[in-house]
Amino acid sequence: KYLSTFIKTLYSTSMIFYSCVLYIICEVPLNETLAHLKTESETLKSKLEEERAKLHDVELHQVAEKVEGLGQFVMKTRRTLKGHGNKVLCMDWCKDKRRIVSSSQDGKVIVWDAFTTNKEHAVTMPCTWVMACAYAPSGCAVACGGLDNKCSVYPLSLDKNENLAAKKKSVAMHTNYLSACSFTNSDMQILTSSGDGTCALWDVESGQLLQSFHGHAADVLCLDLAPSETGNTFVSGGCDKKANVWDMRSGQCIQSFETHESDINSVRYYPSGDAFASGSDDATCRLYDLRADREVAIYSKDSIIFGVSSVDFSLSGRLLFGGYNDYTINVWDVLKGTRVSILFGHENRVSTLRVSPDGTAFCTGSWDHTLRIWA
Amino acid sequence: MTINTLAKGGCHREQMACFRKMEKVIVAMQDPDMGMKMRNQRLLITVIPHAMTGHDIIAWLTHKYRISEEESLHLGNMLVKYGYIYPLKEPRCLVLRPDESPYRFQVRPLTIYLAKKNIRKQGELMEYEKERYSLLHKRINHTWDFVVMQAREQLRASKQRRKADRIVLECQEQAYWLINRPPPGVNNVLDTGLERPNNFSCRVTLVSDFIIEACRKALGRNRVKSSICLEGFLKYSEQYLNHDPIMQGCLPSNPWISDDTAHWTMNAEIVPVPTRLRVERWSFSFMELLNDAMGRREFMTYLEKEFSAENLYFWQACEDIRHGESSKIVEKVEDIYKNFLAPGAARWVNIDSKTMDKTLEGIKRPHRFVMDDAQMHIYFLMKKDSYPRYLKSDLYKNMLAKAIVPQETKKSVFPFMRRQRHSSPSPAQTATQAAEEEGLAKGAGANSAAGSHF
Repeated sequence: KYLSTFIKTLYSTSMIFYSCVLYIICEVPLNETLAHLKTESETLKSKLEEERAKLHDVELHQVAEKVEGLGQFVMKTRRTLKGHGNKVLCMDWCKDKRRIVSSSQDGKVIVWDAFTTNKEHAVTMPCTWVMACAYAPSGCAVACGGLDNKCSVYPLSLDKNENLAAKKKSVAMHTNYLSACSFTNSDMQILTSSGDGTCALWDVESGQLLQSFHGHAADVLCLDLAPSETGNTFVSGGCDKKANVWDMRSGQCIQSFETHESDINSVRYYPSGDAFASGSDDATCRLYDLRADREVAIYSKDSIIFGVSSVDFSLSGRLLFGGYNDYTINVWDVLKGTRVSILFGHENRVSTLRVSPDGTAFCTGSWDHTLRIWA
Repeated sequence: MTINTLAKGGCHREQMACFRKMEKVIVAMQDPDMGMKMRNQRLLITVIPHAMTGHDIIAWLTHKYRISEEESLHLGNMLVKYGYIYPLKEPRCLVLRPDESPYRFQVRPLTIYLAKKNIRKQGELMEYEKERYSLLHKRINHTWDFVVMQAREQLRASKQRRKADRIVLECQEQAYWLINRPPPGVNNVLDTGLERPNNFSCRVTLVSDFIIEACRKALGRNRVKSSICLEGFLKYSEQYLNHDPIMQGCLPSNPWISDDTAHWTMNAEIVPVPTRLRVERWSFSFMELLNDAMGRREFMTYLEKEFSAENLYFWQACEDIRHGESSKIVEKVEDIYKNFLAPGAARWVNIDSKTMDKTLEGIKRPHRFVMDDAQMHIYFLMKKDSYPRYLKSDLYKNMLAKAIVPQETKKSVFPFMRRQRHSSPSPAQTATQAAEEEGLAKGAGANSAAGSHF
């Protein structure tokens, strides 16, 4: 009897010893591989920075010295949209230049005629924190999503008795929260970004995944479609401080920029499609040129301490509007790099900002439950 | 799948950067040379040492950061809201007043607690407390005296309960609790929204691979000199300056400012006579022309005259495939082949043989992007050839000459009248009507075979 227990203990100790040895043998190569990969990526990154710097022969503000400065800027709140019962998280314009859709923390999605301030449609989502919403190009539907990890499309019905939620179509499915969504050139496809670190392109009709985009090392917070002739690329920004440019067809990342010091909350293309701006928690906005393949401007000021939640360009691209977490909107001269104006009005964080399709105004949504139209 | 929780209080990643920056401002304010001048402030009949007025705070901020007074007031308010400065008058209200109201720097309660303990116990702090203490000492070195002074004051106050000290203590504690337990109706400044970062440590190797791959690709890329790229921005902004309503205003007036929708009516998708700015814009780039429904229509008319309209029809059909429903792709590709690519097709397009072969091969297994190469080829053909000729044509020149330049509506014309804001039909409504009409037409048996629209 003692012999059997002795043998058993001997057996188990030898197994433990054996597995320890195995563990040590396997552990070392894994750590080595990781270290090796890290050094390789660091070396490549610095080489890339060297290459980029070689062609950087002048700064934007130097080139812009010959441009006339901007005069006094007077922009005021022209409409205040009240109706949400909680923080407004996202908004989007309709192509008709006056209607907007907005979503909030309490799950409500509202479609407004911002000109008359009338509410035209309202939907209650089955989840809270609806962080993304978008208006379809036709003006006949809206898409939204958030903590439900999905992106759903609601056709807008004018029948007052019809419950919009009944016709809802679930399109996208992620494994974490939906942070942003956008229709591509038609009502038929939606591009989404998610807290699961990926972006994806979906077919609205069938709900089929058409393409997925992997490469961010953390939550993806924002995206924007390129206005280029070929219309095949988009940019995304994430918690890994990176902004990536993707080819929609192949799913490949074509370009990547990492100069921000914190999460990138918003990305927006320059109207020509040759560059894009980003806004980050590090309280700066930056401009990246796609042909020069580098950051070409930083928009920051010592007195601006709070992060940028949302950015957008005026129609000509001369002005960059930024919504900040300290309740203000800063207006930047894109070419000269200076701050043109600071706008006060909201009583809590500005969470979203978009310029209207014809550039006549811009809309901001805030944690103070309201939306404002500025012109 | 991670469970996302709402972060309440505590230090959240996104706010760390802000707190550090605010602390920098506070440290600068407390600088013995360039900082704020502290003095004894009078509160009713009591005299409070080491305080500053709201007015002083604003003046200092305005001077240091070269900003307007309004902005300094806003920044100062933030410092008060986050508890870095607390008011001695009306401590319940965390607002910066630009007057003689006294304020003081808030010292983190933990720091004071440790300092107090140190003084009381004559240096007999616990090991971890000693560590923390010296760490704090190092960090806020030049304000250490201030901290010690505050701690001493508090100890004295608890012994003697002098009025001034009591007021200060109360205010300090009041401010602290207001921030950590805000009463209803007041913004919770520590509310940071959703907990964001997801743990991706397991993807480290994948990501490293990705970075290496991306870097290698990037190294091989062709880059353009900065001077050329940046000039591009200048040119673009200049060209579009007159078209930017926020920069230059718009004619007859900006609807949001004047409540008059004339600007939108004049620039609707299809109008009898377009505005001059709109027609000018068609000359900026081929994309601008195609993106405007009227511009595209005009261009089509021109191409019909030149007997090359099939190019635009083809391009439109390809766009329809790219952006349309997945289920209709196969049938649309077949239609395109029949109408544009097959030998002897009614609208045969002239594509180079290499692209044609590739496309015909791809059609055997139709997918969304199968027409891309052919579409690109025709697009650039139109852009390089037909488009420049269109801009020089009489058709375009006449359009430009006929175009309206709206009169600017002076705001002063209606100074006291508030215009009625008219509502407009929702796009959803017009679409439903159009669909209904289409349904009726179909029902009537009308069957247009050679569709004039794609």
